[in-house]
Amino acid sequence: MTGFERFIDTFWNTAVLVRYAPAILQGVGVTVVLSLLIVICGIALGAGLACVRAYRVRPVSFVIVIYADVLRALPPLVLILLVFFGLPNLGIRLSAFTVLFLVLTLVLAAFAEEIVWAGITATPKGQWEAARSTGLGFTQTLGWVVLPQATRMVIPPLTNRAIAITKMTALGMVIGVPDILGQATTAQSFSANATPLTLAAVAYVLLFLPLVVFSRWLETRFSGGRA
Amino acid sequence: MEAVVQQFFNLDIMLKSLPLVMRGLGMTVLICAVVIPLGLVGGLLAALGSVSHNRALRWASIAFVDLFRAVPPLVLLIFIYAGLPFSGLSLSPFTAVTIGFFLNNSAYFAEIFRAGLLSVPKGQTEAARSTGLSGGQTLIWVTLPQATRNVLPDLLSNVVEVVKLTSLASVVSLGEMLHAAGLVRSLTYNASPLVLAAGIYLVLLWPLIRVIARFERRIAT
Repeated sequence: MTGFERFIDTFWNTAVLVRYAPAILQGVGVTVVLSLLIVICGIALGAGLACVRAYRVRPVSFVIVIYADVLRALPPLVLILLVFFGLPNLGIRLSAFTVLFLVLTLVLAAFAEEIVWAGITATPKGQWEAARSTGLGFTQTLGWVVLPQATRMVIPPLTNRAIAITKMTALGMVIGVPDILGQATTAQSFSANATPLTLAAVAYVLLFLPLVVFSRWLETRFSGGRA
Repeated sequence: MEAVVQQFFNLDIMLKSLPLVMRGLGMTVLICAVVIPLGLVGGLLAALGSVSHNRALRWASIAFVDLFRAVPPLVLLIFIYAGLPFSGLSLSPFTAVTIGFFLNNSAYFAEIFRAGLLSVPKGQTEAARSTGLSGGQTLIWVTLPQATRNVLPDLLSNVVEVVKLTSLASVVSLGEMLHAAGLVRSLTYNASPLVLAAGIYLVLLWPLIRVIARFERRIAT
């Protein structure tokens, strides 16, 4: 075999490809479902926390800030292992899928809270004052005047962060979630061939490259306020 | 409550795991010391490429950045560590981690530097060139300092991300902090070593996160 043939045989072996493509496709399904759940729940929770913080009740804000700081400082893999291996010792059994969903949702919520909060504080004071003077209550002002304006500012950073966190679903492989990477590493050890890993890489590129390009487009479109 | 303390905050087990976890911390620091400068240099080069006038270079740089921002770092790492040996190229865990993180970090740092370079007004370059500075001199003395200053908070927060990222090296059994803590956990069936590692990450990264928050506020005002 020439070097090139050997390379192809290792990384793009048609027999292995055909055999394991269905498993990896299943993995794609798991990754997509998990990603959607994390993005929806994480952003909703984060935005909710930012709104609660807007009421500026000291002890409540303090707890939110600590939560956001801690979850932004800890590597997600540490949290995943801690929850996955720690909770069973207390008699709480969660599936690997649930653990991954919970941890990444909480991490995304921490980042989303900070981003949405930055958007809320960046909305000019005059907007608050004007809205309140027309007779809107605090909650109405927040919901109808401030949040819509903040949303426009926070979409690009929020998109970037959501993409970064959904890519971390690959960490599920460590605790045995059958996502793309999980399926690929299993297939790779059965087939003793690197083709499943190539397939996984291709699957991730097909899934995330459009999102990466889209987020860049968003940034150039919305880049009014940022230096 | 007692069970929580016993399972997560067991001082005995933490103390016993401390030497190993500390040695792991040494490796974490070593990885950071290698990977952060490499990523900064690679990122700067890719960013310069992505704003260059040469169309081929520009497209190649943007393709590189987008490709490695799209692939999860763990996928890249496992591909390099577990995939390449099948083609006869076997790498040590440390080399695999260095290469994988270099590619991943360069892409992220490049995106930040690119935003910085684009934020410097054209007039700055024109003024510098008209005083007789060469293109290279303009870049080093005029454009880059301003570009870097404009994106300093983003650069710093990416450094935080890189430090967190080093925990992935545990998957390819490089003995950094998480690997050490996980090892003791699997021996003792107790999560306290992981809590210890988490505590160390917090002590290291929390101050940085606060500094970045202050930076961002100052730039915003």
